[in-house]
Amino acid sequence: MNADIAAAFADGPAFIPYLAAGDPNYEASLEYVEALERGGADIIELGLPFSEPIAEGSTIQSAIVRSLAGGMTVGRYFEFVEEADVDVPLVCMTYYNLIYQYGDEEGPAPFVRRAKEAGIDGFVVPDLPAEEADPLREACTDHGLDLVFIVAPTTDDDRLERLVSLSSGYLYVQARLGVTGARDDVSDQTTASLDRLAGYDVPKAVGFGIKTGEHAERVVAGGADGIIVGSALVDIVAEGHESDAPVGETANRLEALCRELKEGAVAGSRATTPERT
Amino acid sequence: MPESNSKRRSERKFGDYGGQYVPEALMPAIEELTDAYERYVLDNEDGFMDEFRERIRDFGGRPTPLQRADNLSERYGSDVYLKREDLLHGGAHKLNNALGQVLLAKYMGKERIIAETGAGQHGTATAMAAAHLDMPCEIYMGRRDVNRQRPNVFRMRINGAAVNPVDIGRGTLKEAISETMRDWATTVETTHYVIGSVVGPAPFPAMVRDFHRVIAEETRRQAEEQYGRLPDAVVACAGGGSNTMGIFSDFVGDEGVSLYAVEAGGSSLSVDEERGVAPNSASLSTGSEGVLHGARTKLLQDGDGQIMESHSVSSGLDYAGVGPELAYLVDEGRVNAVNVDDDAALEAFHRLSQDEGIIPALETAHALAFLEETDEDLGEFVVVNVSGRGDKDLEAAIEETEKRDLPNAPDMGVFE
Ligand SMILES: Cc1ncc(COP(=O)(O)O)c(C=O)c1O
Repeated sequence: MNADIAAAFADGPAFIPYLAAGDPNYEASLEYVEALERGGADIIELGLPFSEPIAEGSTIQSAIVRSLAGGMTVGRYFEFVEEADVDVPLVCMTYYNLIYQYGDEEGPAPFVRRAKEAGIDGFVVPDLPAEEADPLREACTDHGLDLVFIVAPTTDDDRLERLVSLSSGYLYVQARLGVTGARDDVSDQTTASLDRLAGYDVPKAVGFGIKTGEHAERVVAGGADGIIVGSALVDIVAEGHESDAPVGETANRLEALCRELKEGAVAGSRATTPERT
Repeated sequence: MPESNSKRRSERKFGDYGGQYVPEALMPAIEELTDAYERYVLDNEDGFMDEFRERIRDFGGRPTPLQRADNLSERYGSDVYLKREDLLHGGAHKLNNALGQVLLAKYMGKERIIAETGAGQHGTATAMAAAHLDMPCEIYMGRRDVNRQRPNVFRMRINGAAVNPVDIGRGTLKEAISETMRDWATTVETTHYVIGSVVGPAPFPAMVRDFHRVIAEETRRQAEEQYGRLPDAVVACAGGGSNTMGIFSDFVGDEGVSLYAVEAGGSSLSVDEERGVAPNSASLSTGSEGVLHGARTKLLQDGDGQIMESHSVSSGLDYAGVGPELAYLVDEGRVNAVNVDDDAALEAFHRLSQDEGIIPALETAHALAFLEETDEDLGEFVVVNVSGRGDKDLEAAIEETEKRDLPNAPDMGVFE
């Protein structure tokens, strides 16, 4: 277990923004990641782009295309992590082939070792279900990193039990079926998932579709311990890129949305626990 | 067919290959599919396999002939027989699998069918099977393939399927598969994804092979009846490897039968690491182990593990991966992975058309080109799987022929 990730859930709801590292280029992306922390990030999910992102919707797919076109590689990613001037825990979000290829006969261990050295605290790997995750889980345990599993609306009770027992750091609660992408509403599936998970004593972070402070508030009020927001932030990066906006201006917009999301999450936690206020 | 006990459970892995590398949202559906595959396909529950065999006979037109190719036989000094999957309804082997899976989806109570397609043959077969079994159907197809396989796009539309062009990346099969998986992740509770080859997460590779096994069963029986013994060599083209595994499956245990999987060598076997492009689709011959589209298998990838863009003159072979069982059989030394380039395939396309009066698919032309290119002695009785007919490829064949100086091309002046 990674102490830093656990600590991020200790007082109040955790706000967990996602950006693809290197989107649209290395230098700008560094500034954007730093802006996330200024905006109140408690943990940052930093995407390592893979060419076939089957769990991503069009927003993050485009971010990945931009990042790869900008020269992002696995080696550059680790340099990026080392160079990023942020103090919050970092979770590497990527697909299994990149982790697997980095190793040799040792399997995923060399990737995990290098990630830890660079400053990564945990992993989310959307194409690695519990069935295939043992080698990566063992390597993470050996190096004291967290491996976060995703719970989907389709996950039945038996699988849920198993995923809760395997997941470390937090449980990624997929808010609705489908792929990543910002939405204009909070799905009923979110509430249903949170209700099912209410009895489990693990931090539950909800992602997929959260876009505004109001969404964040409702999700946390519904029982989430954290919120994960990707596409809504990537949209800002994309707009900045397309309109050739100054990097500082885009960074300010990211920071502002982060602040709104974080405040929404905090407001949501007051709604659930009025005695705290 | 001898059915060993270990075959009674679905095969999740082939050596280290295979597995289930998919998002959690899909895992319950994959468990449900595994259960359905074991009950209906392996155990023939509710007479599923009887119904499949009846429909693939009456609707599909099986058995397909095993035909002696007299002129090719003379040319190569051996008895060359063609397994005529091009005569199956729809014009390619693809219907075996598409019909099997759409029927299975029906037995499972699914309401909607989705599929990806490269050359359009799988999409066409799926659209036909869905129309036949009255299921709504949507097909994803890379934009580039939509443009080079227009007749098949029309055939899908005529059969009532929606065709969704995929604009991401290079717009070929790899992108279409990713996009279909995204649809499936959204609609998994009501939708079955009819994957088009022996690829993807378990149980697909084993299940798709089992639906295509009928090719091998017939070939075996026909070889005995018509030639009095099993072939010395069986040759099939390999994109994902479904026609390959279909015709190989029942010969794997017969060490006397050499098996050749012919891949697309494209314009060159070298790769452009910098641009992430392989000008071929020869993942068995030149690829390395990795994880793509739900399975661990052999892939065209760069040193980081980014998937390369592949290339072949035939869109049905244009894929950076290959079925995990085929990768395993190649590693085991049971299947020989070979390849021929675009030029050789086009020459073979014209040769079969001229010599035998059979216009093959460009995919199939690769298998035929191997007969011409190889120095190996394939033995006196050789079977080539004619995986499909070339009608869908006429536009591409005209365009590609015009670009080249082929020794046996007809005068194309008529097109000017
Ligand atoms: C006629 C034909 N042959 C072969 C293939 C390659 O697929 P597979 O390797 O799965 O048989 C295709 C794919 O579309 C095809 O249309």
